[in-house]
Amino acid sequence: MPVNQVAEEAVGDYKAGWHDPENSSIRFDFGLSEQVVREISAIKEEPQWMTDIRVKAFHHFMERPMPTWGSTELLNSIKFDEICYFLRSGEGTEDDWDDVPEAIRDTFDKLGIPEAEQKWLSGVTAQYESEAVYHSIREDLEKQGVIFLDMDSGLREHEDIVKKYFCSIIPYQDNKFSALNTAVWSGGSFIYVPKGVHVEMPVQAYFRINAKNMGQFERTLIIADEGSSIHYVEGCTAPTYSTDSLHSAVVELIAMPGAYIRYTTIQNWSNNVYNLVTKRGIAHENATVEWVDGNIGSKLTMKYPAVILKGEGSHAEVISVAYAGEGMHQDAGAKVHHLASNTTSKILSKSITKDGGRGSYRGLVSVSRKAENCKVNVVCDALILDEQSQSDTYPTMEIKNSSCRCEHEASVSKVSDDQLFYLMSRGHSENEALAMIVNGFFEPFVRELPMEYAVELNQLMALEMEGSIG
Amino acid sequence: MAMGHGESNIEALLEIQNLHAGIGDTQILKGINLSIAPGEIHAIMGRNGSGKTTAANIIMGHPDFEVEEGDVLLSGENLLELEPWERAREGVFLSFQYPQAVPGLQVGNFLRKSVASIRGEEAAKGADFRGELNAAMDTLDIPRNFLSRYVNDGFSGGEKKRFEILQLLLLKPKLAILDETDSGLDIDGIKTVAAGINAAVRGTDSAALIITHYSRILEHVQPDKIHVLIGGQIVATGGPELAMQLEERGYEWLDSKAEAEGIA
Repeated sequence: MPVNQVAEEAVGDYKAGWHDPENSSIRFDFGLSEQVVREISAIKEEPQWMTDIRVKAFHHFMERPMPTWGSTELLNSIKFDEICYFLRSGEGTEDDWDDVPEAIRDTFDKLGIPEAEQKWLSGVTAQYESEAVYHSIREDLEKQGVIFLDMDSGLREHEDIVKKYFCSIIPYQDNKFSALNTAVWSGGSFIYVPKGVHVEMPVQAYFRINAKNMGQFERTLIIADEGSSIHYVEGCTAPTYSTDSLHSAVVELIAMPGAYIRYTTIQNWSNNVYNLVTKRGIAHENATVEWVDGNIGSKLTMKYPAVILKGEGSHAEVISVAYAGEGMHQDAGAKVHHLASNTTSKILSKSITKDGGRGSYRGLVSVSRKAENCKVNVVCDALILDEQSQSDTYPTMEIKNSSCRCEHEASVSKVSDDQLFYLMSRGHSENEALAMIVNGFFEPFVRELPMEYAVELNQLMALEMEGSIG
Repeated sequence: MAMGHGESNIEALLEIQNLHAGIGDTQILKGINLSIAPGEIHAIMGRNGSGKTTAANIIMGHPDFEVEEGDVLLSGENLLELEPWERAREGVFLSFQYPQAVPGLQVGNFLRKSVASIRGEEAAKGADFRGELNAAMDTLDIPRNFLSRYVNDGFSGGEKKRFEILQLLLLKPKLAILDETDSGLDIDGIKTVAAGINAAVRGTDSAALIITHYSRILEHVQPDKIHVLIGGQIVATGGPELAMQLEERGYEWLDSKAEAEGIA
């Protein structure tokens, strides 16, 4: 996301809403068929097993009915025949920004990506439409055996690892959109951290949709081997078009015993993007999987980052914020499955709705019968900024072991006139006062972010609050 | 005595003229006149519901209150046309009776932003600001870790009042209104708060208006004038001796006076 280098041609209030002229080297016709799936696989010169799983997933997608929960109205309005499923913009993935086509490089410059890489990242991959156009990793990490590639290169160079873990956490039959992603996936990140290696600085992936009616289906697989650690950060933006785009990713995380994975997302899609993402991690003995998930944009987001606590002593954390403004529906939440004893989970969900936006928290925590002494902590807070906006909570708890210590808190609040007046009496305009309250509300999330993102998210929210009070 | 209608005192820092105001259809203030010169401390005393807090809110610009008639001037400029934040930038400060909590907003960050907004960016920067902040916190016996807490979130009554005075010391207003800043404080708290008020006003061109039930704080601040508010009007104005009279006799003797004048 880094939108700190705000584009000159910002569209409305959405600062990443400009688009570049489209210069594609391969562009598929709109629509989806087995032929399209096979062609994507052929272009990428994939092994047969991958082609086969794509085709199976495609048929499953076609047969699988649309979910009957969430925003069914919006889901049913997706026109799968009017989406482009594959678009190649570059000539391949470069490891030097100077070799990235100029127009695309300019885009990432505007978004501040190369600058961020120099300052505070261990590695970067930048995906434009369907494929990565740039990727780099710090040399010292590479020497320690850390693999950080775009997923297409990962499959080419480390087929054995990909074959072992691909679809192992999220089978294509999991849901309609995991089937779609498996059928047409392209791009995404592939990361392997060897035993005992700690990647101190975050690695970042940046996803940009530029073309109209584009479908972006990145696929990410992260494996942290025993006792290793990594923090992965992804950011997403797209131009503002009057027609819709579809972003449907699948992310699988594997934390081996004692490993630590944190996966941070700042999604700031324009409000013509359907964002339907399946994210799930597995934590083995004493491992930790953390999802830090910020959903600021999109037309409809349905996303419930999940953790399977498979190993004893493992820990899950899902910290999320959602902002739903005009024409936006954020249906987000978390899922944690406690399968083993002495596992702990913490879910913190915060949503803000404004200008008729709708925010829903949908969560599931399950504790299996054999899992002793688990601890569950769920906190959901909603802040509603006006009468037109809506917030719902759908928490589900399936606790089958009575030794579980389970805490659940939920709150819904509104900004009071007295709160605003207090801040205004200290010299802050009404909009500044509102931004202070909103940023304060998001603070428990923001403090989890790398500083650069924290600053930027605060600025973004201040921008969203501008002109919100007459 | 309170000043008559229409009279104007150009020397005054705060000039309230014939102020009629209320909330919805309820008139609360029924013709207030008050004039405070630079460097002066005045007190308004009165029971609950006499209109004291309404007066404070109207000077600061709370949107819930409506002014039907009259003027409020700061150094001759009409405050009633300004938004609350503009009044703050002109030098009006209100220490709230019930300061609002803002979870997630750190005290240190908030103070810096408020100082920048009211006194300018330069005043909120660097070693000078930190020195000022440390000195003010020492005056008020506020520990350093206070800065990383969230604004009024989980504060005790005493912490809230000290935080209001900390803001007073840092924002350096021309006019400080203190709405029952002494209520709920023990004697040490009152002394600390009084020291803060004295530090902010005495020997400067600033002025303060202290709103209170009790005379206790006035022993430590020594106001130049005391006004007694009953039924939305000032029924008596005097020196520090008036506070002592109220302490001894309560408000009843003024009720009969107010009745005689057709107020209450």
